[in-house]
Amino acid sequence: MTTNPLDADRPPEPSRAERRRQRQAGGRRRDEAMMVPDVEFESYYGRNIVKAPPWSHDIPAYLFLGGLAAGSGLIGAGGAARNLPALRRGGRIAALIAVALGGGALAKDLGRPERALNMMRTVKLTSPMSVGSWILTAFGGFAGLSVLTEAGRSLPNQRSLLARTLRVADPPAVIGSALFSAPLAAYTAVLLSDTAAPTWHDSYRELPFVFVGSANAAAAGLALVTTPTDQNGPARRLAAVGAAVELGAFEQMRRSMDPLVAEPLHEGRAGQLLKLSKVLTAGGALGAALLGRNRAAAAVSGLALMAGSALTRFGVFEAGMASAKDPKYTVQPQRERLERRRANGVTDDSITTAR
Amino acid sequence: MGFWQHQLAGPTDPIADAAWEEESEPRKGFFTDTSICIGCKACEVACKEWNAIPEDGLNLLGSSYDNTGALGASTWRHVAFIEQTSDRIETARESGRKLVDLGMPAVRPIGSAPSSSPSPNGDGAAALAGVDPLGDRAAAVAQANTAAATGTIPDFRWLMSSDVCKHCTHAGCLDVCPTGALFRTEFGTVVVQDDVCNGCGYCVSACPFGVIERRPDSGTVKNGGVAQKCTLCYDRLGEDQTPACAQACPTTSIKFGDLDEMRASAQERVETLHANGFSEARLYGANAKDGVGGTGSVFLLLDEPEVYGLPPDPRVPTADLPDMFRKAGMAGLAMLAMAAASFLGRRR
Repeated sequence: MTTNPLDADRPPEPSRAERRRQRQAGGRRRDEAMMVPDVEFESYYGRNIVKAPPWSHDIPAYLFLGGLAAGSGLIGAGGAARNLPALRRGGRIAALIAVALGGGALAKDLGRPERALNMMRTVKLTSPMSVGSWILTAFGGFAGLSVLTEAGRSLPNQRSLLARTLRVADPPAVIGSALFSAPLAAYTAVLLSDTAAPTWHDSYRELPFVFVGSANAAAAGLALVTTPTDQNGPARRLAAVGAAVELGAFEQMRRSMDPLVAEPLHEGRAGQLLKLSKVLTAGGALGAALLGRNRAAAAVSGLALMAGSALTRFGVFEAGMASAKDPKYTVQPQRERLERRRANGVTDDSITTAR
Repeated sequence: MGFWQHQLAGPTDPIADAAWEEESEPRKGFFTDTSICIGCKACEVACKEWNAIPEDGLNLLGSSYDNTGALGASTWRHVAFIEQTSDRIETARESGRKLVDLGMPAVRPIGSAPSSSPSPNGDGAAALAGVDPLGDRAAAVAQANTAAATGTIPDFRWLMSSDVCKHCTHAGCLDVCPTGALFRTEFGTVVVQDDVCNGCGYCVSACPFGVIERRPDSGTVKNGGVAQKCTLCYDRLGEDQTPACAQACPTTSIKFGDLDEMRASAQERVETLHANGFSEARLYGANAKDGVGGTGSVFLLLDEPEVYGLPPDPRVPTADLPDMFRKAGMAGLAMLAMAAASFLGRRR
């Protein structure tokens, strides 16, 4: 090792024997003088191993809007099936607006937005983003068609060719929006999980349930804001059950995950967002179920549900980003699962080999 | 089913899987022998020059002689520098010894004579003398034996390692690319088509090694806003040329060639080092049964992978994709059921 005048400013280095004692006592192995944060595992100068994606807040905004669109599409279809005009109209319009805004957010986040249509170059089943692009396109088409058939209902001349065509197109629009709503709400969980970001990947078993619950709760929340109380029964029930599924699945997810990998879900900014999201979702669901017959209370509950859903998406997004940026979430669980396999006698599948 | 079984994980031939058929070439790859890397960074420079990669920050990082930091959109070769004191060297030697003991063929236990070292060729010393780049083999063996016998370990060592894209058999980046911009070449490598990529950034999060990155778009750089990484000099391979980094490497630490030859020479080299008492030597990426189906870039490391900033047990995220889609399908049905139940009840 070289010496330089600044060496005098460094703290004294422990002798070799001292270091060994520290190590045996389970202390840190690292040299105090190094510019490395307080860590118990090995890393390359504390640098992250996997990279966080270059995604801005447009992406969690899309996760929310996509869920809102999917749930609204379902409410619109339900309203059409049960002949509840306010729910049908509100759901259809909300689905189209949300899916358009969401698609816009996705395109805006691209490194080359002018090449957004390259997503349609291929159909690739190994890419959740490719699958999702097609789901989004199909859902967007049916959402657009639903709004057109809705507009057809208020044409002055119901016997004109246009009005009759739109009436014929109405059932396919209802069925299409309903069928593509569920994949639209669920695929975004796969989108996050099919990454090397530890917290996203390890949550793949329950995250789709969190997201569909959140989607239903958000859409029901919007319906509670836009629908008069004489038709909001289905929305109140959907709000309660959606919120319950979201909260239950989230709790199950946190318990089934490796405690270290779940840590970003309750620490830092993500932890704060998710805590607030739970309060708003639970409060909104209770409000919708108990006070939903009062227009003002229904609207406030609905807003709380939407905010809760949005915070869930932002919180899960932030947690995954945080897990990618800290090497401990990559190294420690991988090291542990490798040791576990070796302890079970599986020694032929390690990337590191003696020969 | 035989074909589909290994499309997401496990050993397979990616060139055949990508349907290159008669145009296919032998799979190419690197063998980066970090034990003879001198940290000159000629590979970094040659890579930047040949591929016309823009400057991406002139910083002093305070991490030994490494002022590059990590692989990224504009760093396709990265030389890592690690300073280690004797206790760390001891730990590395110990972990290497443990790795050897994992049901692998035994290497000479510390203290025994080098001539008794097992070797596939019978006389290890004679067979390996020609491939030992450490120079004076007798002196090296004597030094290692003294070290082994007396238990002395150097006070300090400097690990230098030139990292690069692994060109995985199951490449996460390639699997998740929604536009088809990333593709498998006839050489088995993974390359981005700059004119197709729309910069969605999904590949960045799907790489278990953190290699690929989206180049920030400053408006003046080439391929701004587009995902970028090592192409294994696709343009040079087509002309039967060696990739720029391997050609520039003055110590042959970076070797390039057919992947099976690279794996064989890596195995030969690690055996030589073990025979010389360097039990810390180990291979990284030479096992087709690992989580990415084996890599196209094999490394010889002298400590645990995470010390070099490499993941200790990487797994391609898509390996779990069928299960993910199954769970999402169930969630989708649950969503429809929730709505159906809500709408079947009373209207108000």
